[in-house]
Amino acid sequence: MTTYFTKDHEWIAVEGDTGTVGITQYAQEQLGDITFVELPGAGDTVKKGDAVSVVDSVKAASDVYTPVSGEVTANNETLEEAPETVNSDPETAGWLFKVTLSDPSELDGLMDESAYKDYVASL
Amino acid sequence: MNDIIEDGEAVEVMILPLDQWHRDAGARMVEFAGYHMPIQYEGIIAEHGWTREHAGLFDVSHMGQLMVTGPDVAAALERVLPGDISALKEGRVRYSLLLNEDGGILDDLMVTNTGDGYYLVVNGAVKWDDIAWLHENLPETVTLTHLDESALLALQGPEAATALARIVPGVTDLTFMQAMVADWNGHTLGISRSGYTGEDGFEISVPAEAAQALADALVAMEEVKPIGLGARDSLRLEAGLPLYGHDMTETVDPVTADLAFAISKRRRNEGGFIGADTVLPLLERGAGARRVGLKVEGRMAAREGAGVFAGEARIGTVTSGGFAPSVGQPIAMATIATGHDMPGTRVTIEMRGRQIEATVAEMPFVPHRYHRKAKTGA
Repeated sequence: MTTYFTKDHEWIAVEGDTGTVGITQYAQEQLGDITFVELPGAGDTVKKGDAVSVVDSVKAASDVYTPVSGEVTANNETLEEAPETVNSDPETAGWLFKVTLSDPSELDGLMDESAYKDYVASL
Repeated sequence: MNDIIEDGEAVEVMILPLDQWHRDAGARMVEFAGYHMPIQYEGIIAEHGWTREHAGLFDVSHMGQLMVTGPDVAAALERVLPGDISALKEGRVRYSLLLNEDGGILDDLMVTNTGDGYYLVVNGAVKWDDIAWLHENLPETVTLTHLDESALLALQGPEAATALARIVPGVTDLTFMQAMVADWNGHTLGISRSGYTGEDGFEISVPAEAAQALADALVAMEEVKPIGLGARDSLRLEAGLPLYGHDMTETVDPVTADLAFAISKRRRNEGGFIGADTVLPLLERGAGARRVGLKVEGRMAAREGAGVFAGEARIGTVTSGGFAPSVGQPIAMATIATGHDMPGTRVTIEMRGRQIEATVAEMPFVPHRYHRKAKTGA
């Protein structure tokens, strides 16, 4: 499994042709207390860069952009009752949705963990 | 995610006296009203809850503190404010509005009769416009002084009086909307029992050079923690208190904003304030719309700008909204057409293409707990 990161602070963990998408630790810190997560539905076809999910914090609502194109196969239903999981475990239990990649070459433009760390440090 | 994440430093953002103090306390700073301000320390929900249960210290030094003095100053102020300033006794505080010629709200503010004149606290985001407006509309015989060498702190919450009384014992004599001057370690503090959270509490004007020592003295107490602007917003929303620039603007009149209480009886009869020609008739016949509270179903917050509907018909707009930590659900304020504005009315809010259900609710959403003077028997 390889994890990639976007400049918009999403991560995608890829295994075979399936990617699991969430927001990063940095993103959840910036957003603060998360109170609601709107998720894409299983079966939705999404295009790289689409705003497919919304994370609502006490402060504001923020779009989450899918890092890749493909078909959504699952979403994290546990967030409906416990959106704060995205604060406590953004890069594990707080995943948002899974997507079957239609074009794996889209991953080429994303950052690996060390590049993302450098990017965050530069902000 | 980038729409929320603040990138880079804006140019010419000004620094307030407690800037470093906030950073040392672990605050995340954002630009607000032209200043670097603390949005949160440990988290908005925790800070919100702390203020409702204990005492929160807010730095609101971005707000404009003005002093108006001179002969016949009350009469001069009554030209620009619709309140009964002449009847405001020394040591008393009143909520008021600055109106334009069309009756639109230029700002809301607090007025205190200090005995030597009137002390005004105006919103940070519009204070320079307010100062220009006052210069233009007050007679030359009065003097307007911007107290820009003073910081402004608010200590809010049920334990605020206990905490502040430890260093300024006289504050326990104040009731809601009363003010006093006190000495603290050789510094003069202007203290009023007022605030923007719905809780008991105080607003303290302190010379900038003493602000850090005062903030240190307060947060050293077990009742007190520093609280950011994020919780200030969620607290005021639950308290039903409107926010200038959102729930009211210069195109909204006081009747629509449900702030007609700020126009006192004598002034309704006599007029004579800027905007009276527009506002007084509205008091008689209504404005056609009114600011109301909404309780929102589900967990998705309704945000500023969202349309409010009765069936297919657009009846209003959300002016501010968010998750209310003490209510446990999202709440909002909206301006809604008369006829749909009674508590209990069911409405629909359109957010990001989704319909969410809401009900017009009485405000405040969380009861006020001001320290009011005990009412004497009827």
